[in-house]
Amino acid sequence: MAESEVLHAEHRLEYPYARSTGPIIGAFLTALREGRFVGATGSEGKVIVPPTEYDPLTGDDVGELVEVGPGGVIDSWAWVSHPLRKHPLQVPFAWALVRLDGADTAMLHAVAAPGPEALATGARVTAKFCPEAERVGSMADLESFVLEGGAA
Amino acid sequence: MADGTTDQGPVTMLATPISLDFEFTPGVAQSKFLRGLERGEFLGQRCGTCGQVYVPSRGTCPTDGVATTEDVVLGNSGTVTTYCVVNVPFAGQAIEIPYICAQILLDGANLSFMGLLQEIPTDQIRMGMRVEAVWVDEAELIPSLASVKYFRPNGEPDADYDTYKEYL
Repeated sequence: MAESEVLHAEHRLEYPYARSTGPIIGAFLTALREGRFVGATGSEGKVIVPPTEYDPLTGDDVGELVEVGPGGVIDSWAWVSHPLRKHPLQVPFAWALVRLDGADTAMLHAVAAPGPEALATGARVTAKFCPEAERVGSMADLESFVLEGGAA
Repeated sequence: MADGTTDQGPVTMLATPISLDFEFTPGVAQSKFLRGLERGEFLGQRCGTCGQVYVPSRGTCPTDGVATTEDVVLGNSGTVTTYCVVNVPFAGQAIEIPYICAQILLDGANLSFMGLLQEIPTDQIRMGMRVEAVWVDEAELIPSLASVKYFRPNGEPDADYDTYKEYL
């Protein structure tokens, strides 16, 4: 058999998992669908975003959910020059840890910016949500963060 | 809270599909088998040392460790060596339950493979039943087992147990 007669095919193996969110993550995702953020109040009054069901220090149930953001500060970031197919943005962007206003922890998401020179640790960003009709209650409802002042 | 979103209720479930995209190169022996399916025939390979016929062939004999080079066109009929009636629904199920998965030993082969059995009530399936492959229309034949729609009883008397007892 000639080499050219050997077959070749593209395959996709996929598992359609679904997860139950529980009351806390569910509330966070519900808020994202509504275009806002909530965090959980943990020990010493610290606000955890995204919220966990249990305080990471004491293991106690977290307290009230409180609204945070939509602005925040970049705690740290990494520039992605060549986005992959499953990345949230298909143009070069930054992965960043963003500490939302009112939160004591940072959450990971994409920051849209014209280039790495536009970004800095400590820079102010704000949330850019998908259009309301497209939001489904998922982390992807938050399209990205953008630099405050609209550089992106 | 934005207007018009409150009637959806709180989020309680999250779809988290995971997928793996990959490229598959079946190699020389399996390519031959798959191209045989494209012609509407089952193509196996015989080991030159022990004489066993494998379908689909991996290109080597697992017993003797030698390359299998002789191609063998197998019959369109075979014998059910064993089977399973599927009654349990699962995500992504493509066939209406209950249905039968059968191990089928094609005539001329020394290796059975799994096939879907149709056109028979699930309580009438039995070991030794003689079955035949039902292929898709000629224009729809492709180098894939999807070219075989299913197997069905071919009307012959059941095979004698001794003819397939080595293949259970």
